[in-house]
Amino acid sequence: MEQRGLGRLRLPGLLALLAALGVLVVQAALGRRRAQTPRISASRNQNLWPLPVTVRTTPRLLYLSPGNFFFGHSPTSKAGPSCAVLQEAFRRKMELQKLEVSVIMDPECDSFPSITSDESCEYLCHGNRLFTKLLVTDSRARSLETFSQLIYQHSSGTFTANESNIVDSPRFPHRGILIDTSRHFLPIKTILKTLDAMAFNKFNVLHWHIVDDQSFPYQSITFPELSNKGSYSLSHVYTPNDVRTVIEYARFRGIRVLPEFDSPGHTASWGKGQKDVLTPCYHSREPSGTFGPINPILNSTYSFLSKLFKEISTVFPDKFIHLGGDEVDFHCWYETLLTTPLHPFLKPLALEVGVEVVLDMISAMKKTSIVWQEVFDDEGKLTPGTVVQVWKKRNFHMKLRKITAAGFPVIISAPWYLDLISYGEDWTGYYLVEPLNFAGTPEQKQLVIGGEACIWGEYVDATNLTPRLWPRASAVGERLWSHQDVTDLEDAYRRLIRHRCRMVGRGIAAQPLLPGYCEHEGRM
Amino acid sequence: MAGSTLRFSLLLAAAFAGRATALWPWPQYIQTSELRYTIFPHSFQFQYHLSSAAQVGCSVLDEAFQRYRDLLFGSAAFRFPHPIEKRHTSEKNSLVVLVVTPGCDQFPSLGSVENYTLTINDEQCLLLSETVWGALRGLETFSQLIWRSPEGTFYVNKTDIEDFPRFPHRGLLLDTSRHYLPLSSILDTLDVMAYNKFNVFHWHLVDDSSFPYESFTFPDLTKKGSYNPATHIYTAQDVKEVIEYARLRGIRVLAEFDTPGHTLSWGPGVPGLLTPCYSGSHPSGTFGPVNPALNNTYEFMSTFFLEISTVFPDFYLHLGGDEVDFTCWKSNPDIQAFMKKKGFGDDFKKLESFYIQTLLDIVSAYGKGYVVWQEVFDNKVKVRPDTIIQVWREEIPVKYVKEMALVTSAGFRALLSAPWYLNHITYGPDWKEIYLVEPLAFEGSPEQKALVIGGEACMWGEYVDSTNLVPRLWPRAGAVAERLWSNKMVSNLDFAFKRLAHFRCELLRRGVQAQPLSVGYCDMEFEQT
Repeated sequence: MEQRGLGRLRLPGLLALLAALGVLVVQAALGRRRAQTPRISASRNQNLWPLPVTVRTTPRLLYLSPGNFFFGHSPTSKAGPSCAVLQEAFRRKMELQKLEVSVIMDPECDSFPSITSDESCEYLCHGNRLFTKLLVTDSRARSLETFSQLIYQHSSGTFTANESNIVDSPRFPHRGILIDTSRHFLPIKTILKTLDAMAFNKFNVLHWHIVDDQSFPYQSITFPELSNKGSYSLSHVYTPNDVRTVIEYARFRGIRVLPEFDSPGHTASWGKGQKDVLTPCYHSREPSGTFGPINPILNSTYSFLSKLFKEISTVFPDKFIHLGGDEVDFHCWYETLLTTPLHPFLKPLALEVGVEVVLDMISAMKKTSIVWQEVFDDEGKLTPGTVVQVWKKRNFHMKLRKITAAGFPVIISAPWYLDLISYGEDWTGYYLVEPLNFAGTPEQKQLVIGGEACIWGEYVDATNLTPRLWPRASAVGERLWSHQDVTDLEDAYRRLIRHRCRMVGRGIAAQPLLPGYCEHEGRM
Repeated sequence: MAGSTLRFSLLLAAAFAGRATALWPWPQYIQTSELRYTIFPHSFQFQYHLSSAAQVGCSVLDEAFQRYRDLLFGSAAFRFPHPIEKRHTSEKNSLVVLVVTPGCDQFPSLGSVENYTLTINDEQCLLLSETVWGALRGLETFSQLIWRSPEGTFYVNKTDIEDFPRFPHRGLLLDTSRHYLPLSSILDTLDVMAYNKFNVFHWHLVDDSSFPYESFTFPDLTKKGSYNPATHIYTAQDVKEVIEYARLRGIRVLAEFDTPGHTLSWGPGVPGLLTPCYSGSHPSGTFGPVNPALNNTYEFMSTFFLEISTVFPDFYLHLGGDEVDFTCWKSNPDIQAFMKKKGFGDDFKKLESFYIQTLLDIVSAYGKGYVVWQEVFDNKVKVRPDTIIQVWREEIPVKYVKEMALVTSAGFRALLSAPWYLNHITYGPDWKEIYLVEPLAFEGSPEQKALVIGGEACMWGEYVDSTNLVPRLWPRAGAVAERLWSNKMVSNLDFAFKRLAHFRCELLRRGVQAQPLSVGYCDMEFEQT
């Protein structure tokens, strides 16, 4: 193992000088620990969210001095000061004497996080008042978040942590937040703020529903007219630089950016900048002047889609592309097809042909497609490996059973539409959902790769996104990260209240769970 | 078209909700035209008319002029120099304000006249009002009449407005007990209230959860009853600041100290004030409402409300009186003995009445009027005939519409809040329901209807603090504001939607984090700080 050099990383100064202090090296290769039940010692830590797989803490207190604390790379670590992901993460947690970090797997410092990224970690927090520590992790900075949550401040102002040993790994590899930037444009700052909050909750996928009927804010290099004509205004646009900023900001937080370009429905805004891409609707055999979904019977449609998705597959580095496919209104297609004798397709066929072509396109680009459940329901021919996202709440467990029985991986969002608000403590409902509560084989259950909390934008923009999302989405965050048996509401309340105040302290305007207060109240 | 003038009838108005007429709330009478005047920000001024009763030195208007200048032009005011001497009839360089009745240093009251007329034509640009409070309302309207072309030029159209509120009490309730609201949140809310022509800030200061009001006679109340006596309190200075900030915007501060229920936070600071609850023959260690059987209680209340009557200048105090839970009273042997002594039998409503009547007598003696929640009326407490009853229960004991009829037929003045609990949220455009409420839609004589003095939008704090207050409040509370200000006939949803959507974008422009009504966008979106 390469010696990473001596020195120490002093914060807030960025000089990375690694100190080779005596540290205990744990050489445990940590796989995913789905089977392990959570073990928490008697002095249960009230501060952690989501709850790790095992937490052992002792009453012994360790003190940190903010002036001297620093993060260092362990001599045995595979990642060193050149690992930008970690260096940046160290800087973000600068309020904390020394935490030594050792990455034992491929550190993936310069690559993008992926669905197979190992997010497991184990760390020991022990020592004298000297506060030496060791951390074993991948470079995704999840464990740094956990570490930061262990630190609390005494009323005297001293930063303290209990001696502890934590082993942790996520239950599901896909833990997402969906944002919708079409119904309302979200300024870049709002998206970046959301990524910060996601990292605080160990979410690792930003599902970016970037375009829809209402507006097309994505500025395409190949088809600039799409946003020129289809955005709300020329200032309501994501430039290629904006998109890069989001992707890089996300990468530094171990978050993947999953772009969704929903078609063939939900595409009214596409029609403004791309001629003939939408189906002209007919009324009594005359064009009615309105337009329906993407026109599936023109070759030009497919050459357009091919070029567009080629660009998207380059711009967004993630292995997955979300193709949408939900809520297609067949009415317009029917009318058109009936009046177009040259194309006597019937509905399922038209869709099937369309979907098949697009899925093949994506496969050829070496990407994996994700689609909404209708594509599966409509019995389009799905390429094996296509991920199906379940969003309809009614009987969703049944749907999970069917889709996994057919061998497709699934993402669940049906019970987690956070834009549907109601009075009171609705987070408990999100919290108590058990994703694998359907009849199926262990292999079927393995096909559930995770879930997403969705905050659709019909009534949400930068003014109300943050308080509406947090801490309600935190409930989903713990459900997707922690062990299945972590369902004690009272315990969750205690931890979530603290977690919410912590978010507020970090500048996230997370709304209250019930009457009470935080030491530092939020200022909008 | 006769001249270039369009005459709006209220019902026709929807057809002409153009840029120049996107007013919120909608005025009682408006006549506007497409003829427009250019406004040059650098030279534009608000001026007092020579014969105005208010002149330079009138704090209410001097400060309002400054606020509206900033709101209208911001930094643009000095960007485009324009030679002063060039004057055309197509330009307006001032709004002249004429106030008839003197008085700039008093507080607004329930009887304040808020009428104004606004005349913008070739000859003049005049705001005429009876009082400074009317002038404030007119300035807000004027600020909403000014619009900007895509090139950045400011315009105002030829307009005649005669306006006055439908109801004199147009309130907004904030709850600073369930969650503490930083002073800045309260002050910001007062600004937005003024934009909506609200004129009463109902401050539900204390409740079970915490006691943030710092009392100088009983400092232990906050020391022991606040969430944090260093950070989560309102000092005397804070309260003064709120009252003055509100006054400058023509807003009354109606302070509520709710008793005998909703008082758990009072207990730690005033030993013996709350009723000890019993479990069998022993005190359970928990406490119930204020103890109505002790003389000490009334001595305390007497001293406490003397302070409150002095600190809050408004004629009215809100004394609460809602949701008194009788179980603790029932369990306590001393209370039982007191009931017997007074001959109340098993009727705890009589005990409640006894307490409230005694309290009302105390407050009356300080020369104050009072507002109470509907239970005080429902429980047949004997109250002064000039008491204001606030109706808040939607269904029980009767539908609120019926309750309004009952309260007014008993000759009391009524305030409506039941359909306007804005802390209750649902998915979608719920402002429509809020908007379509008709406060006088109950069976009753014209005299009864005249007893309805207005209503209040309530933002209770169980799930609300400074993180989510603003988007939850605005523009939903705007729907209540228009219902209470505008003519009853102004109830077309499409017309309202267009104006309210425009108004919410204007709020964003003014820095208010008002949430969207539907899909769409504003030229200036809210930017995270």
